[in-house]
Amino acid sequence: MSKEDIYYSNQETAWCPGCGNFPLRKALAGALNELGLLPPQVAIFTGIGQAAKMLHYIRVNGFNGLHGRSIPPAIGSRIVNPTLKVLVESGDGCTYGEGGNHFLHNIRRNPDITHLVHNNQIYGLTKGQASPTTGEGMTTKIQTEGINSEPLNPIKLALSLGASFVARGFVGEEDHLRELIKSAIKHRGYALLDILQPCVSFNKVNTYQWYKQRVYKLADNYDDSDYNKALKKANEWGEQIPIGIFYRKEKKIFRDRFSQLDDRPLVEKEINPLGVKPFLLDFK
Amino acid sequence: MDLNILIAGEAGQGLKTIETILGKTLFRMGFQIYTTRDYMSRIRGGHNFVKIRIGKGDITGPAEEIDVLLALNEEAISQHKQDLKEDGIIVLDGQIAREDIYQLINIPARKIANEVNSKALNTVFVGAVLKVLNLKIAEALKVIKEHFTDKKLQEDNMILLKEGFKKADGKFSLPKIEDNDEQLFIDGNSAVALGALAAGVKFFSAYPMSPSTGIMNYLAAKQKEQGIVVEQAEDEIAAINMTLGASYAGVRAMTATSGGGLALMAESVGLAGITETPLVIVDVQRPGPATGLPTRTEQGDLLFSINIAQGEFPLMVISPRDSEDAFYQTFRAFNLADKYQLPVILLSDQFLADSTTNINHYNLNSLKIETSLITDGESVKYEDYKRYQITEDGISPRAYPGQLSGEVVLVDSDEHDENGDIVESASARSNMVDKRMKKLVRIKQELKEPVFFGQEDINYLIIGWGSTYGPILEARKLLMEDGYKIGYLSFTDLWPLPEKRVKKIITPDIKVVVVENNATGQFAQLLKGQLGITSDYRMLKYNGRPFSGREIYQRMKEEVII
Ligand SMILES: Cc1ncc(C[n+]2csc(CCOP(=O)(O)OP(=O)(O)O)c2C)c(N)n1
Ligand code: SF4
Repeated sequence: MSKEDIYYSNQETAWCPGCGNFPLRKALAGALNELGLLPPQVAIFTGIGQAAKMLHYIRVNGFNGLHGRSIPPAIGSRIVNPTLKVLVESGDGCTYGEGGNHFLHNIRRNPDITHLVHNNQIYGLTKGQASPTTGEGMTTKIQTEGINSEPLNPIKLALSLGASFVARGFVGEEDHLRELIKSAIKHRGYALLDILQPCVSFNKVNTYQWYKQRVYKLADNYDDSDYNKALKKANEWGEQIPIGIFYRKEKKIFRDRFSQLDDRPLVEKEINPLGVKPFLLDFK
Repeated sequence: MDLNILIAGEAGQGLKTIETILGKTLFRMGFQIYTTRDYMSRIRGGHNFVKIRIGKGDITGPAEEIDVLLALNEEAISQHKQDLKEDGIIVLDGQIAREDIYQLINIPARKIANEVNSKALNTVFVGAVLKVLNLKIAEALKVIKEHFTDKKLQEDNMILLKEGFKKADGKFSLPKIEDNDEQLFIDGNSAVALGALAAGVKFFSAYPMSPSTGIMNYLAAKQKEQGIVVEQAEDEIAAINMTLGASYAGVRAMTATSGGGLALMAESVGLAGITETPLVIVDVQRPGPATGLPTRTEQGDLLFSINIAQGEFPLMVISPRDSEDAFYQTFRAFNLADKYQLPVILLSDQFLADSTTNINHYNLNSLKIETSLITDGESVKYEDYKRYQITEDGISPRAYPGQLSGEVVLVDSDEHDENGDIVESASARSNMVDKRMKKLVRIKQELKEPVFFGQEDINYLIIGWGSTYGPILEARKLLMEDGYKIGYLSFTDLWPLPEKRVKKIITPDIKVVVVENNATGQFAQLLKGQLGITSDYRMLKYNGRPFSGREIYQRMKEEVII
């Protein structure tokens, strides 16, 4: 058994052969392994979609919740237990569509969680409708005359909202992706990693081929502390698509704002009903 | 004997301060107090009032007839004069037309206050009311001292209290004061919050919505001292999902909202159901649908709560009857959610939430924490841990992530196998549904039967649930005084519905009257559908206002006992 195998479970997946979710899983298992994180130390929170099934194919703690609702339970778990490494994994539809409001407010909180978005620019599980990141003009069974709205730019959105770690990866660059996942997990704060992940069944535009011709890595000397440069890079899409860490900054995390909390998980604090005795005086 | 003070004015005139100071003062003096609040959904203007009912012993609800009307504006008089008793008194600042028909006490409050501190205007009236009731002011001075943190404000208020007291005349004499050292003076929302704290709530998240917000306010005020977390979520869906995440991590968690928020939470209550994550959800009901009457009361969410999410799963719905019960029921809700790994919905309402009354001191020593979480001691024995292990009673060993050294905890909103992995096979699905439903066998043994008041030979049986408890109790007393033989069953456990006691009491010659604060008789429907019990009469009220005891008494005589 190789070291990465400890993270593998249920190898018979519901994913289509050739799907970009496979290399993503490999990169994730590799990253966890290289960081020395054992399965019980990690918890992944997912929404619903093909991407969100990931936690059934990787052996760590898992909370497979509702469509669009992967972030709130992750925040709830993380705040009461500082010893858990918390990851969120979800599709572009789940994260930017149904879960858009949580995405926004999560950035404001800056909880210490890592968010991996499997961005295939399409709804996979419901068979090929447009997602918020689908390119303008693509036709689907619903958008029969082509998509009529502009695609959302997650990198730019996250940057503009003040996210403390913003990165993009591509499943066709597996080693690079593994390193990005490691950096995202190591980042103390909210880390968004938008991952370009071809859907071989429903997205006939943004294929491996298409991405391979366009994707390039941010240069070694790229300064990821330069906010304005990051915004500029975020605007690049089309002929040239940058991958790498766009921006990174240490900020106070959500948990730091609760001065009453210490390093212990709240579950370890005993419950004593007699503890409310002094509060009864409020009602005398 | 009891006496009813009504204080009316517009929003922003400081009615709540009068209610707090006067209510607390009277409580501390040893009276039985019942305060209710009727306010409009606006910050300034409009017409608002609070009622303070004073007496001894068994005052269990509001009254309609007014003895003292403290009118902070003209409208207060036009709105309420019809409820003023013959010997009732209006306390006001200024003159009104046709004063001959009322007994007036004119207090130049504005003038007096302006000389000291116009911000403390209302305290003049508090002093005047105390005088009208022939009471002393020592206790009120103490309450003022505690209420205002600012020294100057404290002193000004004390001066103005004395001034107001001097300007009025004594009119009423109250019953002899009792010793109520062993009592608390508490509203429904605070009682729920306190019950949650006693039960060890460690995470609370909600999105503000009247009339539930008081629960969040109280918990937030205590979070530092308790070392727990209160978070205002971006919406109700986030609120409930955050609490689910916290509960998954092993801590006790709660959320609170009102009908519209509960509607948004619906899918997530189902998530708690299928993932078997313990969760307490408080619905402080207000009239719906949609935004309805934001600050008023109704018992309109019963059938919605029971049928809250798609699909089938066990959940419990409990409706506390008063602030004493609300504390214990909230505590119990946490135990039930924890032991049976399911969502428990507490149905409160604006009437209960915003009413403050004397209750017996909570017996904290009687409280026992019950859980199904595996202990750290036991955790070593789980080698091949299955979150959804099929067991005799349907309750699987619950661990939290990180608790078991080599094992992971996987929960899933999709139908799943014992490990928590997605399955679609017909047999696996049936097995999992059976496992979840099996819990009901044990839950049914835990149900609290309704409380029964009455004797063997009753002619009428009134059935109510939740907060109508106090008013119905008073109505029964009045009817009994008239010689009628009335029984009363007060339900708090609503789903599953306890059936033993009600079936035993009802005989063919007893007339069954179901009293509810809604338009469709939701509980009567439940009795019929679940137990085949047909009510002879449904006494309903759905104008957004609570029942009073006298009102039920009169309606019984007019509509039922003809
Ligand atoms: C409340 C709700 N609405 C809709 C759905 C149906 N649904 C399931 S997955 C999905 C879209 C998934 O797209 P994405 O998040 O991009 O993930 P992918 O399948 O492409 O990996 C939708 C609309 C649902 N399960 N729940
Ligand atoms: S539908 Fe697309 S995203 Fe989903 S598994 Fe198949 S290829 Fe992958």
